[in-house]
Amino acid sequence: MLEIENLHAQVADNEILRGVNLTVKSGEVHAIMGPNGSGKSTLAGVLAGRDAYTVTSGHVRYDNQDLLEMEPEARARAGIFLAFQYPVEIPGVNNAYFLKASLNEIRKHRGEPELDAFEFMTLAREKVKLLEMDASLLERQVNEGFSGGEKKRNEIFQMAVLEPKLAILDETDSGLDIDALKIVANGVNAMRSPERAIIIVTHYQRLLNYIVPDYVHVLSAGCVVRSGGKDLALELEEKGYRWTEENV
Amino acid sequence: MTPELEWSDHYLSQYARHEHERRGDSPDWLRKLRRSGIDGFVEHGFPTTRDEEWRFTNVAPIAATTFAPAWDLDTISEPKPDLLESFGLPDSKGPRLVFVGGRFVPALSHGLVSDGGIHVTDLTGAFKATPDIIEKYLGQSVRSNLNAFSALNTAFVHDGAFIYVPAHRVIEETIHLVFVGTGYDQARMAHPRVLVVAEQNSQVRVIETYVSPSGASSLTNAVTEVVLGQNAVVDHYKVQQEDLKGFHIGEMYVQLDRGSNFSSHSITLGGLVARNDVMARLGGEGGSCTLNGLYLADGHRLVDNHTTIDHAEPHCESHEIYKGILSGFARGVFNGKIIVRLDAQKTDAKQTNKALLLSDNAQINTKPQLEIFADDVKCTHGATIGQLDDEALFYLRARGISQQDATSLLIHAFARDIIDRVSVDELRVYLHNQIVEQLPKTLVSEARPAEGDSNKEGS
Repeated sequence: MLEIENLHAQVADNEILRGVNLTVKSGEVHAIMGPNGSGKSTLAGVLAGRDAYTVTSGHVRYDNQDLLEMEPEARARAGIFLAFQYPVEIPGVNNAYFLKASLNEIRKHRGEPELDAFEFMTLAREKVKLLEMDASLLERQVNEGFSGGEKKRNEIFQMAVLEPKLAILDETDSGLDIDALKIVANGVNAMRSPERAIIIVTHYQRLLNYIVPDYVHVLSAGCVVRSGGKDLALELEEKGYRWTEENV
Repeated sequence: MTPELEWSDHYLSQYARHEHERRGDSPDWLRKLRRSGIDGFVEHGFPTTRDEEWRFTNVAPIAATTFAPAWDLDTISEPKPDLLESFGLPDSKGPRLVFVGGRFVPALSHGLVSDGGIHVTDLTGAFKATPDIIEKYLGQSVRSNLNAFSALNTAFVHDGAFIYVPAHRVIEETIHLVFVGTGYDQARMAHPRVLVVAEQNSQVRVIETYVSPSGASSLTNAVTEVVLGQNAVVDHYKVQQEDLKGFHIGEMYVQLDRGSNFSSHSITLGGLVARNDVMARLGGEGGSCTLNGLYLADGHRLVDNHTTIDHAEPHCESHEIYKGILSGFARGVFNGKIIVRLDAQKTDAKQTNKALLLSDNAQINTKPQLEIFADDVKCTHGATIGQLDDEALFYLRARGISQQDATSLLIHAFARDIIDRVSVDELRVYLHNQIVEQLPKTLVSEARPAEGDSNKEGS
């Protein structure tokens, strides 16, 4: 589904990614771990099409398309979903209106009929329960006045409605208390399926107790320095990131 | 002959002609009022950019144009019955008075009231029916604040709308005043006048809409006077969507007595040069004045909003929010003056002005102007100027929404705050639709350098 090959990217003149290689297949859950500044969020941003980053070399193929040539909206319509590390507050835009517009763009792209307001609300009310959120959130402005935890839950709620093929969760666990973490993890686990791939970007192993990954990769100074199974996360937790750097 | 003499000759001869035409149906006091108008206009002359109040708005193109009277046109006495349909205006269900080229057109109007108490009628009719009330109020609030344009309007005052609500009466239905240009054959002018008098404990809601199909250059020079008695409530809406070759000057004078409540919502979507002045005087304790505004401009258009809120008495409050969206080479001007006089203790005044600049060449000149002479008052003001939030734009695009739709959505969100304050449902829905329709135009407006733009200074 996703093949990243020797990816180099920079912000301004500062090279952040220095030759990332990664292959993700349908049905797999990959965790990308690494210390601050290792390039985790940059990788997530490059995949979603954030224009602050310049790709200087390398390739990314997604479903046999050149991902780097696609506009952010085209990527989203093709099934890529980024759960933001810092979800944006958009006063004046209604949550339900926004998500319905988003879903219908994606449905149009898939050749499916658009949902009307009633059909959308039926779907949204069902999904909102999954994240144990109050349905009144749908009538609020996008993320405005949401607590940190509510914002993160709202991201996963959006993911549940949009049903992406490839979900990238950028530090979704940061700022969540243990109860919220479990709810978010349940929401993500409910979405695991043979047709869907999930990339979890995280600093800590904590979230991976609840969303058990198939593969764990450690990013350091812009390269994947170590890959392994779920046990790698535990080993990291025990020995710290210094250990991977020493063993490159 | 100097240019100045040219324009004063033109308006003097138009004035003389108008007086001659109206000699049969003008009482003495009205002739005197018009006389004071033309005298005041000749004395003031058109303002220049050396005048502080007109620093950023150059009206030289108005002075240089010979505007013929719109009311001379034959098409005005018998306009096409479907004239209004092409504009798709909101139907607010209440009385509707339609003016074409500044002239009242009974055939397109309905719901007029003149029952000895409430009057919702044309001004010309009111000169005969209720001369005492008209004489008492017409021109009263303009007099102390006369400027070139309100003087010029007064010189030609004849037609317009008159709304009178006696004490303790409420007009439930929204009154809609529609001022239509006809897509003129040559440069033409109209000077409509609106007089609203709400006596104590009365209530009324009025919409003024200005529209015109495209045609030659035009000048709409409108004056609205609103007088509120004690505890009266007046809700006023102005929607200006004239042709993009038109000059629109609109002046509103508001007098608030003790405990009265006035709110204004001014929406400017049209005109090449649009200037709105609102002058409100809180002349009794406990009055409340709300001024809201929204304007959109693209191309080389200019929108100028000047407001003055005069707190003359204690315990009054005023709230003001103006928002502008500018693209292309458009320019916006906001000047918000708040005067708090020596006696006006416990004044609570809040002013906010926000502008969204969508292109590198769009400009806004914004100036809050607080003149405070009392010492126990609360006055706040804030102005922000900004671009669209890139992070919000990316967030929407990352959810599959196209760049153009995301941009529209964010601009609409910016404007929504003002439109949502409109309490007439039909008008609110209409405005939301108008904004959505106008947005793509605003965004794709051709960005090309200005040629011979005389409005350049003060950037």
